[in-house]
Amino acid sequence: MSSDVAVPLLSVERLTMRFGGLAAIDDLSLDVPPGKITGVIGPNGAGKTTFFNCLTGFYKPTVGSVRLNHPERGVLRLEDLPSHQVAHTAQVVRTFQNIRLFPKMTVLENLIVAQHNVLQKASQFSLAGILGLPSYRRAEAQAVAKAVDWLTRLGLIDKADTAAGDLPYGTQRRIEIARALCVDPLLLCLDEPAAGLNPRESGELNELLLRLVADEGLTILLIEHDMSVVMNVSNHICVLNYGRKIAEGTPKQMQNDPNVIKAYLGEEEADELLYGEKGGESTGVTP
Amino acid sequence: MALALQQLINGLTLGAVYGLIAIGYTMVYGIIGMINFAHGDIYMVSAFIAVTGFTLLAAFGVSSVPFALVVVLIVAVLFTSVYGWAVERLAYRPLRGSTRLAPLISAIGMSIFLQNMVQLTQGARVKPIPPMLTGGIDIYETAEFTVRIAYSQMLIVLVTVGLMIAFSWLITRTSFGRQQRACEQDRTMTALLGINVDRTISLTFMLGAALAAVAGVMVTVYYGVVDFYIGFVAGIKAFTAAVLGGVGSLPGAMLGGLIIGLIEAFWSSYLSAEYKDVATFSILILVLMFRPSGLLGRPEVEKV
Amino acid sequence: MPPLVFANDAPTAAERLKDASGVALIALLLGIPMIGLTTADQGGSLQVLTRWPLLAAFIAASFCGRLVVRYLLDALKRRRQAQDRQAGAAGAKETRRGGRMLESIGWLAFGLALVLPIVFSDNRYVVDTATTVLIYVMLGWGLNVVVGLAGLLDLGHVAFYAVGAYAYALLSTQFGWGFWAALPVAGIIAGVFGLALGWPSLRLRGDYLAIVTLGFGEIIRVVLINWTDFSGGPNGISSIPRPTFFGLPFVPSSDNPTFATYFGLEFSPMHRIIFLYYVILVLSLLTNVLVKRLRKLPIGRAWEAVREDEIACKALGMNVTNAKLSAFALGAMLGGVAGVFFAARQGFISPESFTFNESAIILAIVVLGGMGSQLGVVLASVVLVLLPELGRDFAEYRMLLFGAAMILIMVWRPGGILSHREPTLLLSSEGGRRE
Repeated sequence: MSSDVAVPLLSVERLTMRFGGLAAIDDLSLDVPPGKITGVIGPNGAGKTTFFNCLTGFYKPTVGSVRLNHPERGVLRLEDLPSHQVAHTAQVVRTFQNIRLFPKMTVLENLIVAQHNVLQKASQFSLAGILGLPSYRRAEAQAVAKAVDWLTRLGLIDKADTAAGDLPYGTQRRIEIARALCVDPLLLCLDEPAAGLNPRESGELNELLLRLVADEGLTILLIEHDMSVVMNVSNHICVLNYGRKIAEGTPKQMQNDPNVIKAYLGEEEADELLYGEKGGESTGVTP
Repeated sequence: MALALQQLINGLTLGAVYGLIAIGYTMVYGIIGMINFAHGDIYMVSAFIAVTGFTLLAAFGVSSVPFALVVVLIVAVLFTSVYGWAVERLAYRPLRGSTRLAPLISAIGMSIFLQNMVQLTQGARVKPIPPMLTGGIDIYETAEFTVRIAYSQMLIVLVTVGLMIAFSWLITRTSFGRQQRACEQDRTMTALLGINVDRTISLTFMLGAALAAVAGVMVTVYYGVVDFYIGFVAGIKAFTAAVLGGVGSLPGAMLGGLIIGLIEAFWSSYLSAEYKDVATFSILILVLMFRPSGLLGRPEVEKV
Repeated sequence: MPPLVFANDAPTAAERLKDASGVALIALLLGIPMIGLTTADQGGSLQVLTRWPLLAAFIAASFCGRLVVRYLLDALKRRRQAQDRQAGAAGAKETRRGGRMLESIGWLAFGLALVLPIVFSDNRYVVDTATTVLIYVMLGWGLNVVVGLAGLLDLGHVAFYAVGAYAYALLSTQFGWGFWAALPVAGIIAGVFGLALGWPSLRLRGDYLAIVTLGFGEIIRVVLINWTDFSGGPNGISSIPRPTFFGLPFVPSSDNPTFATYFGLEFSPMHRIIFLYYVILVLSLLTNVLVKRLRKLPIGRAWEAVREDEIACKALGMNVTNAKLSAFALGAMLGGVAGVFFAARQGFISPESFTFNESAIILAIVVLGGMGSQLGVVLASVVLVLLPELGRDFAEYRMLLFGAAMILIMVWRPGGILSHREPTLLLSSEGGRRE
């Protein structure tokens, strides 16, 4: 099957989110193809995080629909699901711009909590758990094994027993991704995963994201300001400004799109950069 | 009809008192996000200061009621503000920036402490003072019932209205008001702008205590009796009023106070006096279920 | 030479005196209306009395107290700074060893609790006080699920205690139920009350939940006082049957075998006291085991996760409302069971026993002990029950000291006495178990 004609995993149609008179998202339509990384970029306040909040059930969009083509459960309307169902039923899992770990719990516990629904079912209203039945013990061992697997792959295994809140920022970012992966997502929504990372760390993040898509067949939706990450890993980029989609295409196309450059640099500077002294040769928006 | 009118008057009077106390809760909640559990007891302390004050003035032979009222009001407001300041300084400031529960526990401890301190130093018995403002205006008469506004009720409503106007001016127009509102929005940023946050918080506590002090003096005049337990009940009612009106909203606190006062007055005369507290709390629970931000509070968008 | 010199390291004597004078001034202002002046009923009307010497003593005490406290605090701070500079980070191992030490203290406490009535078998006062401590321990462990683990602020826990107590009182006096049969039923009734209250209110923000639970506690109390046909009103319910030893009552004499005759002992009122002590010991230990186990299960981790970050829980697919409800209902149920025991021990209950003060004490036990710490609850219960008992000689000051202690402990350790959190599972030991 050719990926260009594949059914999109997620289709956002005419999504609008208003807060009072302000339209944080204005008539946004977007298709997210499966098995690819789709980047969402835009200046601060462009509505990127609001877009994520609409996808993951934290906000109810004013107008529009978000459809997920679930391979087993058919088409799911995400805008009608409460936030925990978005993660549980639709398997759309997100991370947060301001990291939201369970700071006093250990890294391992964070990853086990992510498998709550599976374990809770295995514990049969905690009865099997209290009695310590083998069925529950097996489920717990599997959950630990899965957590250990992700921790190993993300290079976090030696931090497993440390309280998550005690770890450095970059590590916490990775833990949040590992925790999201433990939910078995179909679609992973990452909200600025590279924020606060140093160049080496964001290089590692690039590798990780590419590996997740290649090895696990994950689909990733990525909000990011760090152009070295977005431009290098995204198959497809959507640019937002003032809640509207102003451009969409491959990273190359976006780097040369005059609208995009204007959105980032403002009219005058963009003109200077695009049509300046040297003429013709664009430097793109890489900072 | 006549009874309803009378209950309206009684309810508004009671509501004004609750409203005055509720403002203290709402301001403190707005600025440091904690329930100042000892606030009701501050009000109780003020009522005791009023009793001492009135008795002392009577002993010196002061017979002019307006003069006595003004003097006692001023004295009670001053001393009670010091109590408000001390409560914050001793029990809450050391806990700023710790968990949400820690200041609540020390607040409960402070409430217990104040109650018992007053019980020990002032005696556990109910303190009656001779009636001061007697009489009133009969506004409506039927064969079996006379609707009357007592002078003390007029006093309470008038003082409350006056204070509300002064207070709104203070919060919206003065530099302290701006600092206070800035602290409510973002304490760190306010501090970075060079505003003394500690001082602003202290002043907020003192202002809240001053309003509670006025309520304490008024209640002493109105009912004529005071005991060390009045703070707890009035405190809970006033906090309920603050939540009902929308925590953080000053007009909301006043409105909430009036609603609670009216509910109590009408419920006790038409349904049953015993269950008036049940009615108050049930309505609170219902309001919170259907309008969690209170009547006048700004709806809160969950920050993700 | 130290790398940094702190200019304010040691305040001068003048500064100290100025500071203490400020405190004395405040003490003066606070003291005038309460200590300096008081009113007393003399000949039918109030008279103002003055107590200037007492006020002077209070001010002097504040002045000297401030000097001493300030000096001690400064000394402590300097020493801690010096320590910080020397010792870098040797924390991680420390915590694990701390955990193991706490565990041994727990076992030690358990051993002491077991032998206490044997050692003090003729001292009714000691056993009675210990029983009271254990009731609070059990209430604290129940509330710990709600407040300590799930982070839900419950100011009306006493309502569930009351529901349990009245449920047993009514079941036994009206329908002739026995203690052991009523115990689980009353617990379940209290749990249902918890669900009924929690369902609408748990979606509220934390502090609103506090006021709703407080209101609920008051509603229950007001209903108990006023619904006389049902609850006996302010007079309460008396002659509630005492628990029996597997059907053997603790009475001096009876046609049927009693505890004393069956075991061929001479009757002693201490038998029942000691038996009750062991009943509550068993009940609270069962509570402890249950809570400890649940904490290591998915539901327990969910509680803690909800406390840490509700939004993250939702994003991971957890039904947060269910997690909160289960914590609330379990806490209510355990409170109800404690209530049954309370009613059975007293033989008489009235709304007096279920005031807000009681809720405040239980909450204080959980928070002072260190949120979520089971051993902390035990320590705090011992402190809060014994403190007023020790103060019995100056009984009037009991509650005053109680309030002051609550403030001081919080200021001293905002995280509670034991703020150590034991992880629910560790990779290192997991690995060991699976070789």
